[in-house]
Amino acid sequence: MDVLVYLIPVSLGLGLLGLLAFLWTLRSGQYEDPKGDANRILRDDYDDKPAP
Amino acid sequence: MSAVDYEGGMACPGCAVVPSLVDRANGHAGSGSEELQLAMPGVHCATCISTVERGLLSLSGVSDARVNLTLRRVRVRHDGARTVEDLIGIIKGLGYEALPLDMVVLSGTENDRVSRDLLMRLGVAFFSMMNIMLLSVAVWSGAADSTRDLFHYLSAAIALPTVIFAGQPFFRSAWASLRAGRLGMDVPISLALILASSISLYETMNGGHHAYFDAAVMLTFFLLGGRYLDHRTRAAARSAAQELAALEVPRAIRLRDGVEEIVSASALGVGDTVVIRPGGRVPVDGIVQSGASEIDRSLLTGETLPVAAGPQSMVCAGEVNLTGPLTVQVIAAGRDTSLARMADLVAVAEEARNRYTSLADRAARAYSPLVHILSFSAFGVWMWITGGDVRFAINISAAVLIITCPCALGLAVPAVVTAASGKLFRAGLLIKSGTALERLATVDTVVFDKTGTLTLGVPEATNLGTLDAVAQGVARALALGSAHPLAQALAAAIVVQPLDVSDIREVPGHGIEGHWDGLRVRLGRAAWVGAEAGETTATWLSVEGQAPVAFTFADRIRPGAETLIASLREQGIAVHLLSGDVPGAVGNLAGRLGISDWRAEVLPEEKASFVKALRDGGRHVLMVGDGLNDTAALAAASVSISPATALDAARVASDIVLVGQDIAPVAEALRVSRKAVRRIKENFVISFGYNLVAVPLALVGLATPLLAAAAMSVSSITVTLNAMRLK
Repeated sequence: MDVLVYLIPVSLGLGLLGLLAFLWTLRSGQYEDPKGDANRILRDDYDDKPAP
Repeated sequence: MSAVDYEGGMACPGCAVVPSLVDRANGHAGSGSEELQLAMPGVHCATCISTVERGLLSLSGVSDARVNLTLRRVRVRHDGARTVEDLIGIIKGLGYEALPLDMVVLSGTENDRVSRDLLMRLGVAFFSMMNIMLLSVAVWSGAADSTRDLFHYLSAAIALPTVIFAGQPFFRSAWASLRAGRLGMDVPISLALILASSISLYETMNGGHHAYFDAAVMLTFFLLGGRYLDHRTRAAARSAAQELAALEVPRAIRLRDGVEEIVSASALGVGDTVVIRPGGRVPVDGIVQSGASEIDRSLLTGETLPVAAGPQSMVCAGEVNLTGPLTVQVIAAGRDTSLARMADLVAVAEEARNRYTSLADRAARAYSPLVHILSFSAFGVWMWITGGDVRFAINISAAVLIITCPCALGLAVPAVVTAASGKLFRAGLLIKSGTALERLATVDTVVFDKTGTLTLGVPEATNLGTLDAVAQGVARALALGSAHPLAQALAAAIVVQPLDVSDIREVPGHGIEGHWDGLRVRLGRAAWVGAEAGETTATWLSVEGQAPVAFTFADRIRPGAETLIASLREQGIAVHLLSGDVPGAVGNLAGRLGISDWRAEVLPEEKASFVKALRDGGRHVLMVGDGLNDTAALAAASVSISPATALDAARVASDIVLVGQDIAPVAEALRVSRKAVRRIKENFVISFGYNLVAVPLALVGLATPLLAAAAMSVSSITVTLNAMRLK
């Protein structure tokens, strides 16, 4: 059962990473225009070069 | 399949969760840059986004432009050299309609902060729930002794901070309701959270077998989910209503020392002189000093025919000036206008209506005391049975509290309301009030207004077929020179090429005059062209030396009106038509739509008292209206709907706003609301059913953390799924 010493912190750390990612998306306003974001990927504005 | 997935299924109402770009961007705006927002009802696809953004960004001085498709808005940052009108013109050039938004009204900061706060707590609770569940599964599947204790300690380390942080909305609201001397739904919730956490901590420290950390965190997560859905639906309705209000940016032209200046309508005071151009809305109550014109009062009184206005005649805020410019001396402005006073009356009536108790409140009121009594008596009984084993008795009573905790109950209503309002939003209806759906479900009588509600308030020429081509050609040439609604309708309806009429000039208050083939031709009021005015709405054409001919008009029926009336009758709902218009016009429309119960020339107070009498007779009345003359009736009805073109006051007074032109979705709203209420009640039954099974087990001391977790998650998921069944 010694493996728990590594596994538990790893699993908690991964979960925490997910939580931090969620908080980051929340803070950077990525839920402000879901419909617009869904549509933006369909435009061909940046097909030949990436957005500045 | 939880709240997250559910969110994805929703269309726009959710969007209003975060209208915060505004505030953030406002806060961060660099020096020398100004930001403004425009409503763009027409944007709908990727191409629209590209066109508008590219078009705006190519302008000098514009540093940023971003379209928000969910809110149908564009945010433009520029160097201050451009005006709103300027940008609107440019966007119009790109092929889109744009309207200025009142930034003051738009600042929905508070709303936004709350919803983001809830979302963050929800995320934290979700993280903790998943991690604790991982540890709990190990315990349930047989971890013993020191391993179990270690896992319990780990769970405690995650759960306690989570409950303290994520549970705050419940603790705060429970504290507030306790101080007000009430037992809300949040009191048993908070008690269960606190008791579950502290008992589990105590058990953990004493090497006990059962710890309810998973249950405590799960409870927090599911309840926060319900709270978030609830908040989001309300915020969406509120922000949409605000946006509508912001669409009418009130401006007025003030005359000072002979110089015209554009000011905000709120800056006007008594004694000021304002100029009202043809086509403009009267911003104040006042007396005409000079000018002659016709005034469209349809929004205020329901009359379709314009009335003449000249020096010394009285005009009221909300009326529309049609033909000639008027100079008006202000006798009441802002909050003192008849318009605003009417809105105040509505506020009073609203108060009376808000006493409706929602199903959720009624359930909570019955449920909370029951839960407390059950839990305390379990404590007492087990103290007596075990002869004073406090630890055991508290364990039992905590288990009872956790299991009875209205987890599913907290989700039961918000999940259904969110699903239903999302569905209605897509059909073109905006739910403003939280209890509107429940009230709509009981409706058995519908009262309609005529002008602007069942009709579009736009005249339509009816007798073109009987008139000769020459008359039509002359009439069209004349009609093209005027902004009068009848003239515009005529110009649009006639297909004959306009004849060559010269010297066209508008005679305010009378009509249009010109010369054709050496003869004087006139299009306008009956008396002016020398004809006898009839019953129906008409404009007359006279050619010098010939008898005048009439072009008759009827108000155009709103699309979907026939379907709506037919479908209402099918559902066995009584339909009434009340209008301030003349009997001829009302009777005609009632006949065309098949409404047998109609009244004409009804005063605003009579409308309200008619509705009130129906309600006193035990009917549940839905009022549909748009004018100022309807507002009192709208507020007096059990539930009310107004079209988006309605006057502010009417929209404020109504629970549901019809966004599109088509009125048929009203029937859909009735159907969906009945279904939604049925789902809500089913959800109550489901969550009660789980308790019926689990509570006896908890009472006799057989409840385990596994049972609590299973009952809680299964019941929450079933009610959510049941809500999503709403089609």
